[in-house]
Amino acid sequence: MEDFEPIVIAFCCHYCAYTAADLAGTMRLQYPSNVRIIRLPCTGKVDVRHLLEAFEKGADGVYVAGCMEGDCHFLKGNFRAKKRVAWAKKILEEVGIGGDRLEMYNMSAAMGPRFAEVAREMTEKIRKLGPNPAKKAERKAHSAERKENDRPVQSAERAAHSAKV
Amino acid sequence: MIIAEEKPIKEILAMIEGYDKIIMAGCKGCVTVCSTGGEKEVGILASALRLARQTQGKSLETKEITLERQCDTEYLEPLREIADSFPVVLSLACGAGIQFLAEKFRKLPILPAVNTQFIGVTEEQGVWTERCQACGNCVLDRTGGICPVARCSKSLFNGPCGGSKNGKCEIDSQVDCGWQLIYDRMKELGQLEKLEEPMPVKDWSTSRDGGPRKRVREDLKI
Repeated sequence: MEDFEPIVIAFCCHYCAYTAADLAGTMRLQYPSNVRIIRLPCTGKVDVRHLLEAFEKGADGVYVAGCMEGDCHFLKGNFRAKKRVAWAKKILEEVGIGGDRLEMYNMSAAMGPRFAEVAREMTEKIRKLGPNPAKKAERKAHSAERKENDRPVQSAERAAHSAKV
Repeated sequence: MIIAEEKPIKEILAMIEGYDKIIMAGCKGCVTVCSTGGEKEVGILASALRLARQTQGKSLETKEITLERQCDTEYLEPLREIADSFPVVLSLACGAGIQFLAEKFRKLPILPAVNTQFIGVTEEQGVWTERCQACGNCVLDRTGGICPVARCSKSLFNGPCGGSKNGKCEIDSQVDCGWQLIYDRMKELGQLEKLEEPMPVKDWSTSRDGGPRKRVREDLKI
């Protein structure tokens, strides 16, 4: 089994999590390049559709990072996000993707190290969980198809080649 | 409005087993207001079904369309344009809409993605409760605007019953006793004497008990 590098999508709010990510960069903190950040004005903008779409498009893990509870720049956006993440986790569990591939985190703009820690934590968790089951099944189906098609062709080609030689 | 809830995804997956192309039809009427079958919910369900199929190594082509309403013929036209190239429609509308689609698209199986529940109101964002049972003979003038058919668990007309305790119904401590509500409201309105006259036995033939109903306005028929 080849080394699996997970694709992790992070929906970050502009005011806290994205700024924390920026600070992590300024502080030259190391965190895995598996994490792809999507900036939002507020985590309250995140919709269940976005979370599911990320998995459809091949993400192995997704997290939503917003302001500390009570400190949301738009007052309650992160509470709305928390509820939507919980709802989406249920759906992901029911369809076989797994609710633990999606998480909600809170941090302040000053928490550069926390951003890096979360990025590392989530990447390791997803690495252990393995690839997105939706991708895995597709890959299995593809490789099974390929194995079936390749073998007869290869042996026929080889026979023809050795006959020529 | 009509309140419905989404069916469990597993149940829907079992229904669409064998189909790899489906139309998912939402409705901008009641089911949008109760956040069950509107454009957003169609998108979420479509995504969930596609993901579920992908985890099985199979694919699902979904065409999402949200109609203005599914209970009026004119509004079904956008669906008519795409119906020919799909073998099945999964409808998120209420039971009335689903059945109307079945009548107007005779060659297409129409599957229900929701369970239609009751006629109700939005108590607060995300909470909908029952208010009306469509009994066909409204007595709200005599009960302070609170329905004894829908809000009393036994649909009593001269309640409350002995099971009313602390303003709650004996079937569930979270359910208000309809007759306590009626009494309180009539008192507030200063109309308590109206309750002293017993209400006669209800004629249920105007309700569903009398069979499927029909309403006609001759002056509107073309």
